[in-house]
Amino acid sequence: MLEIKGIEKKYRFKPVLTGVEMTIQPQRIYGLLGRNGVGKSTLLKVITNRARPAAGTITLDGESVFENEHAQNRLYLMSDARLFNQDTKLKVLIKWVDQLYGGFDYALAEKLAHQFKLDLKKSKLRKLSTGYQTIANVIIALCVPCDYIFLDEPVLGLDANHREMFYQALLATYAMRPRTFVIATHLIEEVAGLLNDVFVLEHGRVALAENVEQLQQRGRVVSGPAALVEDYLQGIETLRTVRLGGMLTAYTLDTPLERPLPSGVSLDGMNLQQLFIEFTREEGEGDEV
Amino acid sequence: MHFEADSVVPLYQQIATQFEAGILSGAFAEGEQIPSTTMVAHNYQLNPATVLKGMNLLVDAGLIEKRRGIGMFVRAGAQAQLQQQAQADFYQQRVVALVQAAKQLGMTQADLQAAIEKGWGHVGD
Repeated sequence: MLEIKGIEKKYRFKPVLTGVEMTIQPQRIYGLLGRNGVGKSTLLKVITNRARPAAGTITLDGESVFENEHAQNRLYLMSDARLFNQDTKLKVLIKWVDQLYGGFDYALAEKLAHQFKLDLKKSKLRKLSTGYQTIANVIIALCVPCDYIFLDEPVLGLDANHREMFYQALLATYAMRPRTFVIATHLIEEVAGLLNDVFVLEHGRVALAENVEQLQQRGRVVSGPAALVEDYLQGIETLRTVRLGGMLTAYTLDTPLERPLPSGVSLDGMNLQQLFIEFTREEGEGDEV
Repeated sequence: MHFEADSVVPLYQQIATQFEAGILSGAFAEGEQIPSTTMVAHNYQLNPATVLKGMNLLVDAGLIEKRRGIGMFVRAGAQAQLQQQAQADFYQQRVVALVQAAKQLGMTQADLQAAIEKGWGHVGD
């Protein structure tokens, strides 16, 4: 188990992380969601010892991960390959990763490279397109023996077919060897079914940490005549309400499902993406232009 | 199979429902093996735990059984069990609603019976 407590980090004197608290369990698939610039990448770098936090602790099964080679060997950040010389052939790069982490799954790498039509022997990172650079990074991340894999934008630049191939490859390797994946992505709808749990990073903190299934049960769109909707949601916190004439639409994570629904009021589900949009909407966004 | 992420129905429930439909239609015949959790998870890009939770509903209902080290199989009598359940649901959900709707429209029992007979003759199998 990876325990993250009170992590603070400034970037160019501007506070980015202001007390991040997270518990990451073994063998689960997590989504790390957040608006642009909220500090998702920074957080992943702090966890994997690429950046030093101003405050806070991170422990892996009770041991601090900072400057701890033994613990760090069990963590892998996908963007690691960018640290390597971009003119190196992928084949050589993989050998380095193998030397660092040990136990690299060469057979799986060959299989995935073949599926994605990537030549590991000849290709160099610098010469690849954005999409293929991501593919190369992702393949390496799926083949390292680490217990906690952090994928920072693993589908950046991938076309729809390649994205689907990636999700399927991830599930296939997860089935063979269950381990934790933390996926930072903006393509929420695509990963929603994959995730056990989700973290939403907002204003430098984890604003929401919950099981996806439970979250989707709680999240509802309530709409109907304003008076009836207001009555039904009395005392309930809403994420947002939209009024159109006498009709009111309310988005909430705390639907009082035990209350009888007044006739004329409809109760619809919210998918993870809608839920995220309403949860992280900033003042003024979504207003009429 | 098709899963809706924004449905009020949880994904695991949707998985159970879709497998039930498959057993009811005979697509998954009694005594036959159904696709593994891993295969369903892979094909539909779903978390294996979600798929397993859905399949376990079917195990609990006595529709499928786990055979250790091999996989999940449709149990004998599963189709008949689902058919019975579907007929009970048909009365609860359709017939009751139909009678209510007819009453709201001011139709008599004879009117409704006549309408059903007309429909029965017109709609092919």
